[in-house]
Amino acid sequence: MLDLRLYMAQRLSAMVMIPLTLGHLAVMIYAMRGGLTGGEILARTQGSLFWFLFYGTFVAAVSVHGAIGLRVIVHETFGTRGRALMLLTWGSCLVLFLMGARAVLAVTLA
Amino acid sequence: MEAAENTLEVSVWRGGEDGEYQTFQVPAQENQTILDVVSWIQQYADPTLTYRFACRVGMCGSCAMMVNGKPRWTCRTHVKKATEGADKIEIAPLRNLPVIKDLAADMDPFFDKWVKAGAVHHPTRTRDDAIETITPDEPGRVEAAKAIECINCSVCYAGCDTVANNPDYLGPAALQRAWTLYNDAKDADRQAILDNVSGVGGCHNCHTQGSCTMYCPNELDPLSAIAGLKRVTAQNFFKRKG
Ligand code: FES
Repeated sequence: MLDLRLYMAQRLSAMVMIPLTLGHLAVMIYAMRGGLTGGEILARTQGSLFWFLFYGTFVAAVSVHGAIGLRVIVHETFGTRGRALMLLTWGSCLVLFLMGARAVLAVTLA
Repeated sequence: MEAAENTLEVSVWRGGEDGEYQTFQVPAQENQTILDVVSWIQQYADPTLTYRFACRVGMCGSCAMMVNGKPRWTCRTHVKKATEGADKIEIAPLRNLPVIKDLAADMDPFFDKWVKAGAVHHPTRTRDDAIETITPDEPGRVEAAKAIECINCSVCYAGCDTVANNPDYLGPAALQRAWTLYNDAKDADRQAILDNVSGVGGCHNCHTQGSCTMYCPNELDPLSAIAGLKRVTAQNFFKRKG
């Protein structure tokens, strides 16, 4: 249930995620090791365009990548196709995006 | 052939989709293929047993069956190789295809997908033109040559788990054929080939599990052919947009 467009969307979103994942890991290690408090972290992220774009891009890429992956698994496991499969793909993309966007906005909005 | 004392216990699929296994005792021989076993049953135990074969030398691709769970060309598969030490043989019609009766699978979906994959030659010249010279060591020709020994036996198709879970998937044989034609310098419409393998059942559904290459009795490599199609379609994706 993958045509060339979905295949490319999944590959490209994966390529976007690779450096962002590494960046995210580095940030986590830095924050834990440096012993930053929640307040100190928020002080750095709130109002920061950089972190907004960093995690915003991450969330967008995850939503695309995850939704397509789920589509393949559901189709091959349950035989879901047509409208139901399309709804599942877009639905999971939207849910992932909204959940991620909520978190990004919460930590970056000033 | 000299009859050995011992016998083989052979379970053979009987009936259609809702059939069941029937067990036969078949005289064991020193040198014996799975097709020999099936033929023995049909000739000496039950003449109503349905199965296919033609050439008996691994050229026609009509004798493929599931033997102890693996897809095999039965005319070239020795009993000893197929049983892998087990003392029982289980023979069933090819997986991933409807069963007509007994060991005869309905090959229509397999061949329909060859057509769907658009494995049709688009000529560059007419019959009035001179034949184009292709030297054997041209890269495209070398790539195309790798798959021309395909005998359409459907062993790869039966072995493929992606076909099993995704009935629209064109399957390894049809895609390998498309890749062969794509590499043919005499083909005038390569983009048509790429478009045909880029739809919902196309090459991008392959999970790179490699059963096709593992089971291919002619030791062809459909897995790499499909990887080739993925690579070229991905490269062309940007060229066409730009
Ligand atoms: S009978 Fe022709 S390939 Fe086996």
